[in-house]
Amino acid sequence: MTENVDNNKRRLLIAASAAAGGVAAVGAGAPFVLSLMPSERAKAAGAPIEVDVSAIEPGAMMSVEWQGKPVWIVRRTKEMLDILTKHDAELADPTSEVPQQPEYCNNPTRSIKPEFLVVLGVCTHLGCSPTFRPEVAPADLGANWAGGWFCPCHGSRFDLAARVFKGVPAPTNLIIPPHKYLSDTRLVIGDDSKGKA
Amino acid sequence: MMNLLTKLVGWIDERFPLVSMWKEHVSEYYAPKNFNFWYFFGSLAMLLLVIQIVSGIFLTMNYKPDALFAFTSVEYIMRDVQWGWLLRYIHSTGASMFFVVIYLHMFRGMMYGSYRKPRELLWIIGMIIYLALMGEAFMGYLLPWGQMSFWGAQVIVNLFSSVPFIGQDLAILIRGDFVVSDITLNRFFALHVVAIPLILVLIVIAHLVALHEVGSNNPDGIEIKKHKDANGKPLDGIPFHPYYTVKDGVGVMGFLIVFCAIVFFAPDMGGYFLEYNNFVPANPMKTPEHIAPVWYFTPYYAILRAVPPLFGSQFPGVVAMGIATVAFFFLPWLDRGKVKSIRYRGPLYKAFLASFVVSFIGLGWLGLMPSTPTYTVFSQILAVVYFAFFLLMPWYTKIDKCKPEPDRVTFK
Repeated sequence: MTENVDNNKRRLLIAASAAAGGVAAVGAGAPFVLSLMPSERAKAAGAPIEVDVSAIEPGAMMSVEWQGKPVWIVRRTKEMLDILTKHDAELADPTSEVPQQPEYCNNPTRSIKPEFLVVLGVCTHLGCSPTFRPEVAPADLGANWAGGWFCPCHGSRFDLAARVFKGVPAPTNLIIPPHKYLSDTRLVIGDDSKGKA
Repeated sequence: MMNLLTKLVGWIDERFPLVSMWKEHVSEYYAPKNFNFWYFFGSLAMLLLVIQIVSGIFLTMNYKPDALFAFTSVEYIMRDVQWGWLLRYIHSTGASMFFVVIYLHMFRGMMYGSYRKPRELLWIIGMIIYLALMGEAFMGYLLPWGQMSFWGAQVIVNLFSSVPFIGQDLAILIRGDFVVSDITLNRFFALHVVAIPLILVLIVIAHLVALHEVGSNNPDGIEIKKHKDANGKPLDGIPFHPYYTVKDGVGVMGFLIVFCAIVFFAPDMGGYFLEYNNFVPANPMKTPEHIAPVWYFTPYYAILRAVPPLFGSQFPGVVAMGIATVAFFFLPWLDRGKVKSIRYRGPLYKAFLASFVVSFIGLGWLGLMPSTPTYTVFSQILAVVYFAFFLLMPWYTKIDKCKPEPDRVTFK
């Protein structure tokens, strides 16, 4: 019996069956892996939201939920906007080179209207939600603090245009989500179709 | 009666290798006779695996893996389920004690060179158990759906999103959503309760089979199989049963005294075993003022925070943390010492091992603290010490002045 074995044929058949079985295993595995990706319901939860910004006091921040994440809207005062131009040297990316914002917000205030900053409240380091600290030079943040956000998790600092300071763990500025104004006070977050309205 | 039992065992033995298995792994497994205190932790780790599985099964009967009900179902277990508080405190204390025991078990292996040839694979299987245990603990921590559960998972999953090119998709694949959500909770529950425990049990069995194949190391770091009697039994070996079953029984008693004291008198351990922020339901809109992982992850967490972002990416920190965890895998090949046990090592190895212990504990403490510039510098110094232990090991173990090993085990 053994002397009649064609070893080459046997090896070929083993390799062919193993290859066919491997392809089948990958194919059968695909549905399992794909089932781990976001479901249709999870994808649908990302619908745009509409916000009325008229109620925000000057200098105050409003937090809304979009796609399960906080989005902040800050109504910046004249003084706040003036400060933004004064600390470019301390920022990691003062001119927003890294595309963390839609094209229409790639400007010194990182906004459509300088008065209103719309920003995703998720730290670009590891996803904590930084704390809004608009006051100037509080005891815990030091004399240089000119207002902005401080991340409690790992100490990242951002200015009032959500730009990151140098020497903190967060690598990039905070993300500006797509948004547009329907009127002077009605804002849509998550949709910027038909230009910047 | 005895006759009936003997007959039953005989009947089984003709169909299943019961007696030979018992002999091979228990009654005729010869272990070195000079085991000391440090040899309790292997059997204690097995005890904890059983405690966690049993208490976990009973918790599952009342827990709901649903973002709307998870937090309240844990409260329900604590307040309304009869003895539910005890089950939960056993499980939460068990998680922390598992890591205490595993860290001591690993340290024992490092002290006595238990990872050295021929036990490399035994050590690697043990390291896989350690990694599986970290995954198990991390996923279990999300289940109570408190603030720390949520934000801890948020931070750890985001570690993966810093991987170049595929990171964002990888994080989405892990969460099953764009944020940590009900979907994430549900799948972590499946992995925590079914998948990882199954894997854990299997690799623990593999760990024991590998141990019994090569035989146990001992505090002298010498092979007892070199000297055998006429029957082929090691002269310095004693059967595991009854000698070590009885000795480990004493260890179990001592351990349970400590364990019960924690369960009954300090189940939150001052915020270290159960963090206070986790008594607040998860709120995706607000990060707590100060977040830190549970203590057993903090050495690695401190290393993560110690590395500044390079090239506009957090990835280097994540890599450093990853290397810090898997560095142990390479110990069998990094160590070039002539002897295995710390008893016969020279001063260099002792100094490096001591500095490693200091860095591990120091980083663990720093990982619990809020990040300040001073603490970051401390973390960076200790991280260098941590890595130096591994990276310089081929050098300092080779030139170290070792003492001669004894021929037979030393035993008082």
